[in-house]
Amino acid sequence: MSTGHNTLPQTVAARPASRVSSRRNTGAGVLGGGNRTAWFFLAPYLLLFTVFVLIPAIYGLWISLHNWDPFLADKPWMGLQNYVELFTPGSAKSAPFWQAMQATGIFTALSVPLLVVLPLFVALMLNRKFPGRTFFRAMYFAPYVLGVAVVGVLFRFLLDPNIGAFNYLLGQVGLPSDTAWTTALPWAWVSLVGMTVWWTLGFNAVIYLAGLQDIDRQLYDAAKVDGASRWQTFRNVTVPGLRPVFVFVVTVTILASANMFGQAYLTTQGAPAEKTRTAIMFIAEEGFNDFHLGSAAAMSYVLALFLMALSAVVFFLLRDREPAAANAKAGR
Amino acid sequence: MYIPGMARGATRRELLIAGAGACAALVSGCGGGSSPRAAFGTGAGYDGPEVELAFWNGFTGGDGPQMLTLIDRFSKENKNISVRMVTVRWEDFYQKVPAAVRSGVGPHIALMHVDQLATSAAHDAIVPLDDLARDLQLRQDDFAAPVWQAGEYRGRRYGIPLDMHPLGLFMNTKVLEDAGMDPKTPPRTGDDYDAALQELKAKKIQGDWVSPFFFTGGLRFQSLLWQFGGELVNEDATKATWNSDAGVDALNWMISLVKKGYSPSNVGQDADNIAFKNGQAAFIWQGIWGVGDYGVTEGLKWRAAPLPRIGTQDAAWANSHQFVVMRPRSGTEDEMKASKVFIDWVTRNSASWAEAGQIPARRSAREDPVFKKLEAQSALAEQVPNLRFAGGVPGITDVRESTLDQALAEAITGAMNPREALDMSARRASELLRLNREKYATA
Repeated sequence: MSTGHNTLPQTVAARPASRVSSRRNTGAGVLGGGNRTAWFFLAPYLLLFTVFVLIPAIYGLWISLHNWDPFLADKPWMGLQNYVELFTPGSAKSAPFWQAMQATGIFTALSVPLLVVLPLFVALMLNRKFPGRTFFRAMYFAPYVLGVAVVGVLFRFLLDPNIGAFNYLLGQVGLPSDTAWTTALPWAWVSLVGMTVWWTLGFNAVIYLAGLQDIDRQLYDAAKVDGASRWQTFRNVTVPGLRPVFVFVVTVTILASANMFGQAYLTTQGAPAEKTRTAIMFIAEEGFNDFHLGSAAAMSYVLALFLMALSAVVFFLLRDREPAAANAKAGR
Repeated sequence: MYIPGMARGATRRELLIAGAGACAALVSGCGGGSSPRAAFGTGAGYDGPEVELAFWNGFTGGDGPQMLTLIDRFSKENKNISVRMVTVRWEDFYQKVPAAVRSGVGPHIALMHVDQLATSAAHDAIVPLDDLARDLQLRQDDFAAPVWQAGEYRGRRYGIPLDMHPLGLFMNTKVLEDAGMDPKTPPRTGDDYDAALQELKAKKIQGDWVSPFFFTGGLRFQSLLWQFGGELVNEDATKATWNSDAGVDALNWMISLVKKGYSPSNVGQDADNIAFKNGQAAFIWQGIWGVGDYGVTEGLKWRAAPLPRIGTQDAAWANSHQFVVMRPRSGTEDEMKASKVFIDWVTRNSASWAEAGQIPARRSAREDPVFKKLEAQSALAEQVPNLRFAGGVPGITDVRESTLDQALAEAITGAMNPREALDMSARRASELLRLNREKYATA
């Protein structure tokens, strides 16, 4: 329950070319038997997916339609009441839920741009040849190996408004030393976004680095021959070459940021006044602390729908426009 | 995994009876009233065959070894009862215990905070102990009225009190002495307290850091609410009432400390405690568990005293660990009888338990010279008749956490007007109480 980017970037390597060839293979392949082979290879993951994703997801939907306390024998049917409650202004559940959704939204909006852009520059630096390159590559990635608990507790003490090292050092160099980094806005957001960027920047940088090394050197050579400037090379070779990596980085970073839990849970505890309590934090409290699993499940579904919509938008914006562009050029 | 009853090979008949009981519980919807009665046998002793009891608690700190010492002593005196203690962090305790009980791997006995008793009773995880109390001839008089009454829910007893852990006034004696004050005469009234803080301020010390967090701000607010004559909820727990004038007075007094410069604004989580230990503050309204923390803090000189009376009467927030007996799945009468013996023995011999930063609930243990020698604990024990325990309503702690705690933070950090914050949170809390009442109505 952290913003751990656990998904590995295997999908990035998938090339459009392989799509074509694999379709041809199955088309010409063994009739019937080919299908069975496909199912056979998919079975292990499909089994895990069914047991740990599909069934819980459907079960969760069922739970969300009840007043569900796991320890009460009576779990009365509520219909859509749990959802209605969330969309009724002034009800006991709606205000804190939407405040938590807003907190998640703010965090995502602030952290995603930084986590998409900064690591790219870091990766560009680390992709050049200079002495100590391996050392820096390791150093930038290092924070990522820390667990969320370590990072959270570490920053809670570093950033403590009254007794933290951060304010003390600011004071030593003559800057204001009484900023409430963890207990007032907007500072709590600055802290949470800052520590998350410090923590996970290395991961995105490594993905970019892999993407950079995957770009054909010949393209750079060709650009050089054509007399392209450094900016033009970046604009016309590097950026298009990284497009599939962008899709991956943006999507994964959005999902990870939207699932933020540990940093706020440990560092600000939702302070000030639950303004930094994220949606996941609130859902966990509602379900597992207060035993209102029904409404917690409903909230999870609302959050999930939001994330699905957001991911769809990202895919749409960063979709492969090349064929269209190529056609347009040809037409002209 | 430990399955009660299986350990010493329950007879087939016992299992059948227990099974029938479990089925009956399922059919009747596990309703509190219609569930099978827990049979504690008769009498107060145990001379049956050897049994092993599983005993759960959340003593993950220095209190764990203290409890183990007690259990060792118990085992020496009661050869035929062995007790296996399992510790689960309190943070996870109230999620794990009902789940374990429901799936039949729960303990025989456990310790719970008194504010969680009603929730656990509504979840049918624990059984009424009226028979147990009768067999052991336990009466309110053997304990203290507030802590004894707090162990009841819907007119039945669910908890046997082990200890009380109240809020108290802790003083950093070095800071006070340096400022020319005598820590041996602690402030008793609001005026005393204000004067002391004023004097500290003149010496450039912010004497009392007001935390916007539940620890310790929320504990302080509740104490003050009671001191001003208010209550958290009304008689039948249908409405939150902390937005009364008493509540507003309590909160305004806390905020006045910040406004007068006796406390920094925006105090961080735990910063009040660290400031006290560092000698940046002179006072802290801290739970008695501070005894353990401050006792091992190098270079810290401190004393404890009852809370000053800021409002119109003496009152202090407190919580209590109470013994509960879990709903037996396949437990035998022998185990229930042995549980009874264990609970009686530990509460009676709890004087040494006080060393873990507690006040024994049982009067005889409080009168024990072993306890009287503990200076800080004894000082805080002066508050025993005035202690207040929040409980008696299922889900009350969760409601408070998601409403009142937030309002206090808003008001103390200056983001919201105190009365407005209390009004809004009380309105939401009343709504949550209504939802809880609906949910627990059948229990």
